[in-house]
Amino acid sequence: MNTLMDFLIVSAVLFAIGVYGLIVKRNALRMIFAVEILINAANINFVAFNRYLWPSALGQTIVLFSIALAAAEAAVILAIVVVAYRLHDDIDVSELKTLGG
Amino acid sequence: MADVVFFALMVVAVGGAIIALEAREIVYGAVGLAGSFFGVAALFFLLDAPFVAVFQIIVYIGAVAILILFTVMLVRQERWLKDASFSVGQLAGILTAGATAVALILAFSAAKLWEVTPSSNPPDFLGIGQLISTEFAPALQVLALVLAASVLGAITLAKVDREEKVKA
Repeated sequence: MNTLMDFLIVSAVLFAIGVYGLIVKRNALRMIFAVEILINAANINFVAFNRYLWPSALGQTIVLFSIALAAAEAAVILAIVVVAYRLHDDIDVSELKTLGG
Repeated sequence: MADVVFFALMVVAVGGAIIALEAREIVYGAVGLAGSFFGVAALFFLLDAPFVAVFQIIVYIGAVAILILFTVMLVRQERWLKDASFSVGQLAGILTAGATAVALILAFSAAKLWEVTPSSNPPDFLGIGQLISTEFAPALQVLALVLAASVLGAITLAKVDREEKVKA
């Protein structure tokens, strides 16, 4: 049986990769990839702590809600990406000045 | 045996994430992201959460990854392949990511979390059903509204205004 620490290390590494992607990448699609990786890292933490430290299925329930919210968020962001591509012919976020306030 | 399986899944999850961000061709990146989702779902199986794992496979790999793949194919451009030079920003990103990982792992180690033993009976999905239908029932209804609103918003955003195109 693996210890809680193993799962937390995987989650921390995935989180670090997501942070790296958010800092470095300027392509909107790559940034979406990074955000999805971050959400997955958080979900692993929820399920792992639920399995080892909590008797009820509270963490798993919260992860179900988190996954559904991530799907809704992905739908909206991808629609924005398609619109930005149609207007600017590129999806480099440093070029998308018109989306700023 | 279990350690071999765990290590393989860790490689799939982390390697898929790295491919997603660093593959030159962004279509391969989208496929790598789906692989990373699959590795995380398998980790959920190891954590005795089969319901969450199957939900992850259905929603993430079945819906989100396919949606991302189609968007990537819609907006992909050849000139994205060129920018492969190592930049100062990339170094800063690697340093920040490394610092984040080290800080998180040190914090978890300081809490002596490897001494925790799992409870003998894992929470089953009956508990999930009970929680969703009692405590989380209002949240479920709000979630339904959020999903409907996001789909409506996505359709409104991406809609091509045909009449204007005819005029122009």
